[in-house]
Amino acid sequence: MNVIVVGCGRVGGFLAGLLDKGGHAVTVVDKDRGAFVHLIGATNVTTLLGDGTDMESLRRAGIERADAFLALTEGDNRNLMSAQIAKEIFGVKRVIAKVNDPIRAELYRGRGIQTFSRTTILGTLLEALLRGDTEVGEVLLQRSLAHERELSAQAEGVKASR
Amino acid sequence: MYFLVAGGGEVGFHLSKALLEAGHEVMVLESDRRRAQFIQEQLGSVVLNAPADEGRYQLEAGCRRADAVIAVTGDDAKNLVICQLALELCKVGRVIARVNDPKNEIVFKTLGINETISSTRVLMSIIEQELPTGGFLPLMPLTGSHLELIEAEIAAGTPAAGREVRAIGLSTHGALIGGIVRRGEILHAHGDTKLQVGDRIIVFAPTAVEQEVRKALFG
Repeated sequence: MNVIVVGCGRVGGFLAGLLDKGGHAVTVVDKDRGAFVHLIGATNVTTLLGDGTDMESLRRAGIERADAFLALTEGDNRNLMSAQIAKEIFGVKRVIAKVNDPIRAELYRGRGIQTFSRTTILGTLLEALLRGDTEVGEVLLQRSLAHERELSAQAEGVKASR
Repeated sequence: MYFLVAGGGEVGFHLSKALLEAGHEVMVLESDRRRAQFIQEQLGSVVLNAPADEGRYQLEAGCRRADAVIAVTGDDAKNLVICQLALELCKVGRVIARVNDPKNEIVFKTLGINETISSTRVLMSIIEQELPTGGFLPLMPLTGSHLELIEAEIAAGTPAAGREVRAIGLSTHGALIGGIVRRGEILHAHGDTKLQVGDRIIVFAPTAVEQEVRKALFG
């Protein structure tokens, strides 16, 4: 699968690494070169310095051949704009945008853009944890803990080899 | 009429002032507290100190009864979302967006915001009238088709001048010349029609290949 990730923050960088490991062709777009330090566990990811709301940058990232597009910058509006460009102008099938304002997340879900809000996802999970309700987040927690162990082991390996 | 002005920067402030002077009712949404206070001192109680890109504040500002929402912040993505929220959440009849990067005009139109204003484009069009090069103007998107209409004027010394329609290679990009206006007359664009300097052509093109079309015509 060809995947474009716009926004190489902690989430974008981590996700790119996961997809890379899963054998997908990943291109990460960010307008700040320094952001690419967040790429962890990635060996084969293409990085592109550019603006995720600019059609020219997206074209250079290969959006015409993309199967999935994720907008994960810190700005809800920028994410919504680049997700809509991917969906409406380039016809990308799978489009996901991080939208932290739950009201905006809800509104755009009806437009073929899969939105998720860190606010409601994390809030719901934490509330369930405090209530002792393990059903809500058990699978998610176990998987993310496994990723964390893997990443820590890799970091140890790097230290040892130095 | 009642106008909701989203963004109280220089444009928003002077626009609101002019609208008030013309006898209209105005509410400015400005997220910066000090700027909001400044506008209130200058224009009176016409400011809501809140971000316009959150639906609840548009509702609080009475967007449901507004005749138009005008998004004039310096951030194009924000202006887009403000207008889309106003259309979907408030069912406002008319939205107008300021577009800072002129390339975004066609993006906004494709995404349902038909009235855009780009000061860059306005200035460029004034300057371009003085220049000998031909104009390239994306006119409008065709709803539900990923296509847009482009008007272009064939200029001397460009790849299209003096060449046959089929030789320009627009069809390789999925684009098509719909008609040629020459000295006020409309001509069919056949494969062997030669384009002349001063011809104005109407092109149907996928929005995604706008740059390629520009390149094919102007080099």
